[in-house]
Amino acid sequence: MIGSMLVWGLDPLGDDLISALHGGWLLLTGDTSVPYPGIVHLFALSTALLFGFHLVLTLMRAAWRTSRQRAKHRQLLRLLSNPSQTSANTLVIDHDMPVAYCVPGISQSVTVLSRGLLTQLSAQEQQAVIAHERSHLDQRHDLLILAFTAWHEALPWLPTSRLGLDAVRQLIEMLADDKALEKANRQTLLKAIVTVATAATMDDRSSTPHASSAGLVGMPDGEVSSRRLKRLLSPQDPLSRPQRALVLLSTIMLMVCPTVLLIAPRLLDW
Amino acid sequence: MASLGDLERSVMDLLWDSAEPLTANDLRDDLAALGTDAKELAVTTVLTVLARLEKKGLVERERTTRPHRYAASSSREDHTVGLLNDALGTAQDREAVLARFIGGISPDEAASLRAILDSVKSA
Repeated sequence: MIGSMLVWGLDPLGDDLISALHGGWLLLTGDTSVPYPGIVHLFALSTALLFGFHLVLTLMRAAWRTSRQRAKHRQLLRLLSNPSQTSANTLVIDHDMPVAYCVPGISQSVTVLSRGLLTQLSAQEQQAVIAHERSHLDQRHDLLILAFTAWHEALPWLPTSRLGLDAVRQLIEMLADDKALEKANRQTLLKAIVTVATAATMDDRSSTPHASSAGLVGMPDGEVSSRRLKRLLSPQDPLSRPQRALVLLSTIMLMVCPTVLLIAPRLLDW
Repeated sequence: MASLGDLERSVMDLLWDSAEPLTANDLRDDLAALGTDAKELAVTTVLTVLARLEKKGLVERERTTRPHRYAASSSREDHTVGLLNDALGTAQDREAVLARFIGGISPDEAASLRAILDSVKSA
């Protein structure tokens, strides 16, 4: 979106992206030899620049805010948790509710488990949970979430920003599940998920059964809408090698093609 | 000598375990009794730690007595619940701050997943 406005705004200033950017710079520095692009194109250019700045600023603000909240949370953790006896970089909170999460950070990423989780889950299930959380930390999923959250925050009216954020959220959970499956089998992971998720539900509703969930119990298949769970319940074969190559290639082409085409005339001149 | 962070932790533990408010002198003595390296701990250091904790809202100071006496602002359990609420809250930006194990799974889904697993088990 920003790109299209930028390109259209620069259109009168040159035949390709590089010379147009050069023309734009000359215009800014007050060179009179450059033709005046007209108010409509200038408007498009300004809008593109404005959105660009808006995105960068929102991202910076989100990054600052998250790191501050993490620091605050870590400070409380320091007072209220004990290091785990069995695994490194893991803290244990003294609470009965089974809870697992991780607090990412540049140098001090930490996985947090509750005593309830350690008592209610079997050793294998704990391994699955820890592997899941650790892969979030190792693969720096928090940076992806940060970028997409900031994008959504900057342009909340744009449906793609919402869809993108949701898709990324689901995808990182699937990635982490895959890592967990290297340590434990499907059944174990599912059991761990259900124990932790049900406890969270009970807490939310102060243990009164929920109408819609009671209705669902009668159904043999249930209604599992999230892709993450569907994928774990009925695993599908991974894509074949050529299919994967095709997807990867199309993704790269989608990013590279427009840019190359925009600077192509200049490249041919050389 | 322990770092300020470790000292904060020890001081909070003492205050949480204590039935009544403590003075900085009491705390210094208790800390000295706890560890071998805390012997040279000065009362001023304890006061610094207490001031930091007070600023964070974790400690309350009784100004009516001399010397001032300090108490934890709320119990360890209450703080743990607060910590968990902070971690599990449903606020929009929570997921950016920390990654939860059950991310992306709604309560309703948890219930139906449980039903599915139960039916598999009984079959």
